[in-house]
Amino acid sequence: MNNLWAEPGNSRLVASAKSIQTDWLMTDDALKQELKQRGIIVASFEDILDWGYNWGRKNSLWPLQFGLACCAIEMIAAAAARFDIARFGAEVFRPSPRQADLMIIAGTVTKKMAPLVVRLYNQMPEPKYVLAMGACAISGGPFKEGYNVLKGIDRYIPVDVYVPGCPPRPEALLEGLITLQKKIAGQRLFGKDLPRHANPEAPAEYPVPAYGPHDLVPPSNPGVFCPPTPSRAE
Amino acid sequence: MSASSSNFFSGTADAGALEVSLGPHHPSTHGVFRMNVRMEGETVVKLQPVFGYLHRNHEKIAEKNSWLAAMPYTDRLDYICSGTNNWAYAVAVEKLAGIEVPERAEYLRVIVGEMTRLQNHTAFLGFILGDMGAWGSALMYAFREREKILDLFEELTGARMMLNYARFGGVRCDTPAGWLDKARAYLATYPAFLDEMEQFLTGNEILLSRLQGVGVLSAQRAINGGLSGPVLRASGVDYDIRKVDGYSIYPRLKFRVPRGEVGDCFDRFMLRLLEARESLKILQQALDQIPEGPVVNPAVKQRGFKPPAGEAYGRIEGPKGELGFHLVSNGTEKPYRYHVRPPSLINLTLLEEMCLGTKIADVMVILGSIDIVLGEVDR
Amino acid sequence: MSPLLPQTVLDRLHAALPQARVELVNNPSPSGQHALLVHREDAVQVAEFLKNDPELLLDYASDVSGVDYPEYLEAVYHLFSIAKKHGPIVLKTRTGDRGADASVPSLTRVWKSADFQEREAFDLFGIRFEGHPDLRRLLMWEEFEDFPLRKDYVAPNDCEYEPTPHGDIVQKAAAASASPVPQA
Ligand code: SF4
Repeated sequence: MNNLWAEPGNSRLVASAKSIQTDWLMTDDALKQELKQRGIIVASFEDILDWGYNWGRKNSLWPLQFGLACCAIEMIAAAAARFDIARFGAEVFRPSPRQADLMIIAGTVTKKMAPLVVRLYNQMPEPKYVLAMGACAISGGPFKEGYNVLKGIDRYIPVDVYVPGCPPRPEALLEGLITLQKKIAGQRLFGKDLPRHANPEAPAEYPVPAYGPHDLVPPSNPGVFCPPTPSRAE
Repeated sequence: MSASSSNFFSGTADAGALEVSLGPHHPSTHGVFRMNVRMEGETVVKLQPVFGYLHRNHEKIAEKNSWLAAMPYTDRLDYICSGTNNWAYAVAVEKLAGIEVPERAEYLRVIVGEMTRLQNHTAFLGFILGDMGAWGSALMYAFREREKILDLFEELTGARMMLNYARFGGVRCDTPAGWLDKARAYLATYPAFLDEMEQFLTGNEILLSRLQGVGVLSAQRAINGGLSGPVLRASGVDYDIRKVDGYSIYPRLKFRVPRGEVGDCFDRFMLRLLEARESLKILQQALDQIPEGPVVNPAVKQRGFKPPAGEAYGRIEGPKGELGFHLVSNGTEKPYRYHVRPPSLINLTLLEEMCLGTKIADVMVILGSIDIVLGEVDR
Repeated sequence: MSPLLPQTVLDRLHAALPQARVELVNNPSPSGQHALLVHREDAVQVAEFLKNDPELLLDYASDVSGVDYPEYLEAVYHLFSIAKKHGPIVLKTRTGDRGADASVPSLTRVWKSADFQEREAFDLFGIRFEGHPDLRRLLMWEEFEDFPLRKDYVAPNDCEYEPTPHGDIVQKAAAASASPVPQA
């Protein structure tokens, strides 16, 4: 098992439980660095827990089987024989949101569909991730001019990875998946800067928009949707 | 799928009837299609499709932009068969403006169109097996085969799915060197795949019992309901627009139009297999006969295209049925009215009729046998 | 396939239903698909004749669409015959106006295929098809109030706009042309 987390060469793992006074070791970065060069990795109990937890999660992401439009065909192609998403542990497409970790928004989200997408997202158990696949899911894409097209699903739910393209090739989807795996690997369970699913202040559910007489009400969720203020270098 | 006690239908339900909303998020509804179903036991007594979850305002957007700008959007109508969608739009515009198409372009259109049909029917095989519960394997086989056609498309047009290939009075680009030979070589391997599929499937007892006698539709009802394409022909109607309208170079090519006898799901299933074989024949002839020459009519100005005022309805036989465009021009560079006649939507007209009295599990098979794509149903 | 001319259809119509108000609308486009414009009160009668007449047998209403014109809305039917393999015959009916009188009779009872398409035209244009068995919105949600394919529809303004270089350039150009720099 050792070589799973090994630096190249001969390495050992020094784990330290909270009860042992090792703070001097944990905070001295120069020392850590030196030890690391000699093949000794210093890690706290939390580090190991994080690492193991994330390693398990990132390599068995179960996507929700959920196709909206053209991009879904490329998603199926990514899952099928040639591209084989199983190589990245994400081949178990679940029909039920209750069993899924990852929502691949593959296609145009229309205003009529948006409340259902948000509801499905709410039904997924934490920790959960959203991958917006294709220009439409990101911003409305080619259909941005449409009256019934939501200009990006990030108006209602937080998106972790954006995969541009119209449609993105299956390789692009796989790249997005790898990006998400990297993101997951960097998430901490303890300390500051907690990810959304470990942060008690983050909302557990996102409000579902309602059908209005002209548009969805509200047209976006200000708690989620914060487009950067446009600025231009003079 | 969510069951609820509230009734979707106006009027009161009998005690004991169960109302279920199938979709819009349902693994077998081919996208975001929804059906409200009332059942007694497991038997369907009422079924109402609900549309619009993928209504992307194709027609409005096309009317806001130039004539040519609608072309890439047609790709996204029925996103499995973008090759034929472009073609249908080009045919309608050519009718509207009276444009001639060079020979070679017609051949290329037929080649791409028939490959699209092959590819669609291949994917159909995978999807309908999935609807019957054989999720995975059949789809893998089908998509493995489909990828090879997509490779040819990619080499020809630069895109796997969204070809954007037709232009008014021709096609966008000529074939790269050696492409026709590659296509020929690939097509020689395709019958083996079809044979394999037939061998696996058509004698399979489960498949037969799931398909035969399910969702029977009479010829007369099918005509009145406006059904088209394989669904219409499976009911025994001899109506193939390639033969009837004789557009493009089809009158020159030899092929047969298969027809069903019973009009059940099995006929619709087999019809696709037979059609794929006929497509192969067409492709072989087209690849052999294709002449040299220009691929687009040089007199047509693609950008800033302004057809004369008037209107036209142009249609072709798409893989899913009659794909038509009704265009109204007022002589400016934007269409005044741009309407798509979507075969997928109209083929659903009789869905309720086909499903009444069947078991709920058969609804998915019937839906699969109609072969819809939501991008075209809702546009 | 022998082409079926709208004039032939019109003659047969006049012979069989002399009181029906039908006229030929000329289509200037090279497509040459001239249309038959039926007064809406006679539409169902004419449709039934077209469907059942043994010479015409237009049993297949392929396409139904709405068109928005400044004074009225139009429902356009493209009819084919599967039995005789001819078509298209274009049948048009017009509403009285674009507001309270925006209705035409539904032909769903004649051709079932018009069912969803008439609902679509109702949804997107607001053409009321009188006698349609189930006239509800097809694509938009029930609470929606507008008719988005009409020319005067204003879509909700929900795009974010970024300032682009063009914005400035256009402004500068406008300013420059307003106060032309005097040439020395
Ligand atoms: S991004 Fe392009 S391919 Fe994907 S759903 Fe939108 S239109 Fe279709």
